[in-house]
Amino acid sequence: MAGSTAAHRPRQGPKPDTATLAEDYRRWLRAMMVIRRFEEKAGEAYSLGKIGGFCHLYIGQEAVAVGSIAALRPDDYIVCSYREHGHALARGITPRTVMAELFGKAPGSSRGKGGSMHLFDAERHFMGGHGIVGGHIPLATGLAFAAKYRGTEQVAVCYFGEAAVNNGAFHEALNMAALWKLPCLYICENNRYGMGTALERASAIYDISERASSYDMINEVVDGQDVLTMKNAMDRAVERARQEKAPTLLEVRTYRFMGHSMSDPIHGHYRTKEEVEEHRKRDPIALWSRKLIADGIMDEPGVRALDAEVVAEIAEAYEFAEKAPDPEPGELYRDVYAGDKSVKSEK
Amino acid sequence: MPVLTYRDALTAALREEMQRDPDVFLMGEEVGVYQGAYKVSRGLLDEFGPMRVVDTPITELGFAGVGVGAAMAGLRPVIEFMTWNFALLAIDQLVNSAAKMRYMSAGQVGVPAVFRGPGGAALQLGAQHSQAFESYYAHIPGLKVVMPATPADAKGLLKSAIRDDDPVVFIEGEMLYNMKGEVPEGEHVIPLGLAEVKRPGRDVTIVCHSKTVSVALKAAEQLAGEGVEAEVVDLRTIRPLDSATVLSSVGRTHRCVVAEEGWPFAGVGAQVVDVIQRDAFDELDAPVLRVTGADVPMPYNKHLEKAAKVDAGKVVEAVGKVLYR
Repeated sequence: MAGSTAAHRPRQGPKPDTATLAEDYRRWLRAMMVIRRFEEKAGEAYSLGKIGGFCHLYIGQEAVAVGSIAALRPDDYIVCSYREHGHALARGITPRTVMAELFGKAPGSSRGKGGSMHLFDAERHFMGGHGIVGGHIPLATGLAFAAKYRGTEQVAVCYFGEAAVNNGAFHEALNMAALWKLPCLYICENNRYGMGTALERASAIYDISERASSYDMINEVVDGQDVLTMKNAMDRAVERARQEKAPTLLEVRTYRFMGHSMSDPIHGHYRTKEEVEEHRKRDPIALWSRKLIADGIMDEPGVRALDAEVVAEIAEAYEFAEKAPDPEPGELYRDVYAGDKSVKSEK
Repeated sequence: MPVLTYRDALTAALREEMQRDPDVFLMGEEVGVYQGAYKVSRGLLDEFGPMRVVDTPITELGFAGVGVGAAMAGLRPVIEFMTWNFALLAIDQLVNSAAKMRYMSAGQVGVPAVFRGPGGAALQLGAQHSQAFESYYAHIPGLKVVMPATPADAKGLLKSAIRDDDPVVFIEGEMLYNMKGEVPEGEHVIPLGLAEVKRPGRDVTIVCHSKTVSVALKAAEQLAGEGVEAEVVDLRTIRPLDSATVLSSVGRTHRCVVAEEGWPFAGVGAQVVDVIQRDAFDELDAPVLRVTGADVPMPYNKHLEKAAKVDAGKVVEAVGKVLYR
């Protein structure tokens, strides 16, 4: 893996003490639990008709968002695809705000006008969920361009699925990022399926990381079910981007435990029950809980108590979203153009 | 007042805005070392350096998206498309990213970018290089569409477009770059969304924009010789459309012809006619007629091409019809 060559090894910062590490580890577990419980609740709300449109759950991939975002500074930019509830939560947008947006309610992150696929929080530099596969990859590249233009140390991070790498936008963006040495991190969450099409049925090569070699870009394959592995790989990539303005492609191997969206079953035409069961054995939350228990950082009752606390928080978020008001009717014409005054065509 | 070409007026606007605001940069194919495919960026690389005058690969979708992303971070990119024909590869970024960002984020993230380059037909460039796409972009809420017809307007409107906080599609007339005209020096800024009466007249209104403004003025000259005083209304901005100026003119003349280079179906003229029939129905003494490019891909042969394009003769003919002459 090119990313682990000596030339690209990060400079060593001060080693965090054990207590700080343990605190980080517990926080990551909690963050993953928040996503899991949030998504379960969102799925439930969808089935009850409280959430409309499309809804793409992140269950199974929690370690990717939590591990990678843990490596970022608050002023780094994040751009996501439409499967972005987990990233939004990992970035610190509250479950209340995200749930309210899914419900299309006024206190949602986009006042109910964005929905599940378009979560934004400019203050947290969370620059959206985007609904066109691959279309958001150049946006992250542009945010990285802005960081370089201004001479800041910010990096931009882009999340997309493995199906997006067959899209022209991916190649155009990676070529420019490598050509111009932009501080952009491309995180391909390889969950094996673009909707119902397996990687092997869509891509001429199966090793997504190799795509980076077309652009002489540093790349690495990462186990996305292990939050610490994810964090460490991200640390290396972030360091390169900040210090050397070198972009990286991380191919993160993960798996979605649910269907593509709410309209398809967990298994069916394109994958077997056995396959899903096999992958579920590497549930990122179970893996990390076991590790923390084995290392003596937490005990089983502690993990259960943490989960119960998260369940209660999500239940409260659900209730908040349910009771929240719809946007005012006047919201329809707001924010089409700057200044809040809509230019209502000519009538 | 100095006389400049349309091209040099655009260059002046770019230079002045780049001097005024360090967040403004120019990006596109051949804008730097080559000095611009149409020489609009001549001299800018030397003055501002490669970080602010950025040559891109031929990768319209990619660099349009980079422009949108940079604008999301608060920079003010000017993204040059060598022509709007090639920008079709990037239309997803304009329609799905630039136009919708502010709305999807409920006002949190805007895209203060300008996308500019030549549009419309030139001479014998064939089907893929001779197209008018303004109606495509004008259809989209969230975008503004600006099309200057004179050197002075080119400068004043481009400066406004760059300062605007929303994404602006700025379509230059490919056949207008060498047009000369007086251009005010320095701070000459024309607000977006204002049409202008380019020639007053009492008998008929000719609504036009970009290249068809010169065509309409030529037609008006010819009509004047026949005793018909045509008023030429240059839309200048297609979206937001200055309905008031159009309606006020039609209220005086009671007859109207709308000319545009684009195809007839769902064109800009169709929108103008809709405004007139809705808000000036009782003012009309004749149905409004449209003069458009022929409803065909542009042919290469020069005689066929002439037959496909809008010209003064066709405008005069349409004016004759609305005057029942």
